[in-house]
Amino acid sequence: MRQVYSILVNNHAGVLSHVAGLFTRRGYNIESIAAGPTEDATITRIVIVAFGEENELDQIAKQLRKLYDVREVEQISYNQAVTRELVLATIKAPISQRSEVIQLANAFGAQVINMTDDTVTLEASGNDHKVRTLLKAFEGYGISQMARTGMISLPYDGMPEDWEPIA
Amino acid sequence: MELNGSQILIEELKAAGIEMAFGIPGGAIMPFYDELMKSDFPHILTRHEQGAAHMADGYARVSGKVAIVVTTSGPGATNLITGLANAQMDSVPLIAITGQVATNMIGTDAFQEADMYGCSIPVTKFNWLIKDVNEIQHVTREAIRVATTGRPGPVLIDFPKDIQITKTEYTPRESAESPLPAIREYPELDTEGIDKLLEAIERAKRPVIIGGAGIIKSGASTELVKFAKAAGIPVINTLLGLGGFPGTDDLFLGMPGMHGTAYANFALCECDLLINLGARFDDRVTGKVSSFCPNATIAHVDIDDAEIDKRVHTHIPILGNVRDVLIALNERLTPRDYDEWRQTWTDWKENYPLQYDWDGSIKPQYVIDQIQEITEGNGIYVTGVGQHQMWAAQFIRFNEPKTWVTSGGLGTMGFGLPAAIGAKFARPEKDVWLIDGDGSFAMTLVELATAATYNVPVKVAILNNAYLGMVRQWQELFFEKRYSHSHYPENPDFAAIAEGYGVKGINVTDVNEVRNSLETAAEHDGPVVLNFLVNKEENVWPMVPAGAGNDEMQLAPPSREAKS
Repeated sequence: MRQVYSILVNNHAGVLSHVAGLFTRRGYNIESIAAGPTEDATITRIVIVAFGEENELDQIAKQLRKLYDVREVEQISYNQAVTRELVLATIKAPISQRSEVIQLANAFGAQVINMTDDTVTLEASGNDHKVRTLLKAFEGYGISQMARTGMISLPYDGMPEDWEPIA
Repeated sequence: MELNGSQILIEELKAAGIEMAFGIPGGAIMPFYDELMKSDFPHILTRHEQGAAHMADGYARVSGKVAIVVTTSGPGATNLITGLANAQMDSVPLIAITGQVATNMIGTDAFQEADMYGCSIPVTKFNWLIKDVNEIQHVTREAIRVATTGRPGPVLIDFPKDIQITKTEYTPRESAESPLPAIREYPELDTEGIDKLLEAIERAKRPVIIGGAGIIKSGASTELVKFAKAAGIPVINTLLGLGGFPGTDDLFLGMPGMHGTAYANFALCECDLLINLGARFDDRVTGKVSSFCPNATIAHVDIDDAEIDKRVHTHIPILGNVRDVLIALNERLTPRDYDEWRQTWTDWKENYPLQYDWDGSIKPQYVIDQIQEITEGNGIYVTGVGQHQMWAAQFIRFNEPKTWVTSGGLGTMGFGLPAAIGAKFARPEKDVWLIDGDGSFAMTLVELATAATYNVPVKVAILNNAYLGMVRQWQELFFEKRYSHSHYPENPDFAAIAEGYGVKGINVTDVNEVRNSLETAAEHDGPVVLNFLVNKEENVWPMVPAGAGNDEMQLAPPSREAKS
């Protein structure tokens, strides 16, 4: 199972070491990790996507809550929060295939940010599903370089507590 | 008033009632040591930093009070790692203050620089690197609070040399404000969980209590006795829970797990309700989890949410301080008894007692029995790690909490001597006995010098079998008697070593001398080392093989089982 953790931490030196160290020490698997400032300068949000057994996923949240600088840990299921990831990818696109690649990029709402004689570099963002679909679509052309931010996430505010969106 | 960084730290420690330090000075901590002396802060100079950490550990376990451990940077600080890991595993509060190179030198591979902040993350409850003299007051207060509240644990403050001497305006404690919001408070009493537990007690036919370190740390012994007696439920104590329930009481079933009593393990296998009060279901207790308490409803009271459901699935989780929960239970419990079940476990106690053979050699269990007799169970008992530790846990019948000091989770050989010295500093009125193995003792015996210097009258009984005995036992049982590197045939003369340190030392080779030598040691005004040359091939029984279930316990050596 995969699980998104949205973790609010005090913006202290060393806090990322404590959080990352916990995952290493207890043998939990991190798929991605993204950290950045929030609306409050004293607080940083770290979003971690981890995978493991169901019991282990709860244990991760409990262990995180014990860390001194951790203020809040939310276990987010995909359909109760907006999740986004930014991808930069350089696609192999000789002139003969360039327009095809750009057309495909447009279909995903991706931006062209650089172009050479045989490559096109794209910027795209989306949820887990969209990013995977997009990367799969370009796989056939060949992806020569790629950088991903890892997932960031915010819960959907203002919905009733028992609200269950249709996935 | 204007104070320097070292003075502020000391002021804050004193204001919190901390009044003991163990440590060794060195380059990067000299300004702090200078202020320690000027302020008359009590300090014990040890011979190794690991010893200092174990002393603070032993001190905290018997007194409930926190001591500081002070070292220099680099090697002085890294020598603490084992001591911190040990305290972390057993939830013992202590505050390490390590010197660090000056802030402008950090990260340059300076002389005696080590990344103590990074090194100590996995072995402390929390840690700080002070970068500004104005942080010291807050950090010290937080360090003390973190170490002593909730589930206790060790903390570390890395203290750069330049900040130790930087001056700033200091406002004493009362008027200082915390720049951080208050962090999580104690959980509220879980009345719903308590209701469920009371219902489960009503329904149960074969209930058992297992009491862990949480009983000792929360001061819940009296409440536990009241609860168990009113409910008529027998009590098992884990290794770190020993002393939490009187060892001589009828309801006491001893220790569970790998080297637990037969009747404790029988009771775990047969019970239909297990009430875990502040124990963490360690693997040495549970054995194979799938065959642990197979037919029982499991209730687990713990101050640490992360322990609940960590290894054993819990039906009735109760997050809270064990003592608070027991008080609430005692208010509402209807006295009861489980006659049939009582008969069953009483029979087990009679039919499967702890025992050892008698063959004319000095049996280690006999020495422990004799120590128990001459102290009448009223001493403080400290151990190293290994066979001797298990025998001590099995054979000493503790009368009260905080009289048993042993390294549980980490299993730190060498813990014994420094921990015993720390315990004696904390409770000078008590007789402190260290029961140790020759392997364990040799690892930190340099602290005999500390015992001699400060005339700390700890009594040391080395159960010397010239082996790493527990390793030898496993090799005998599971490695077809291939004794790979577990033998010390050329052991030193420990009595002579003791004398060299200025400590009375006696070698005991004759079983008829055991009692006399113990009495001599007890009467001697000062530390004593008794080196008992015990039976070399004695094993610890019962035993649950590693990875097996508690139902696969072997009661005695295969030969003896075959005879009976």
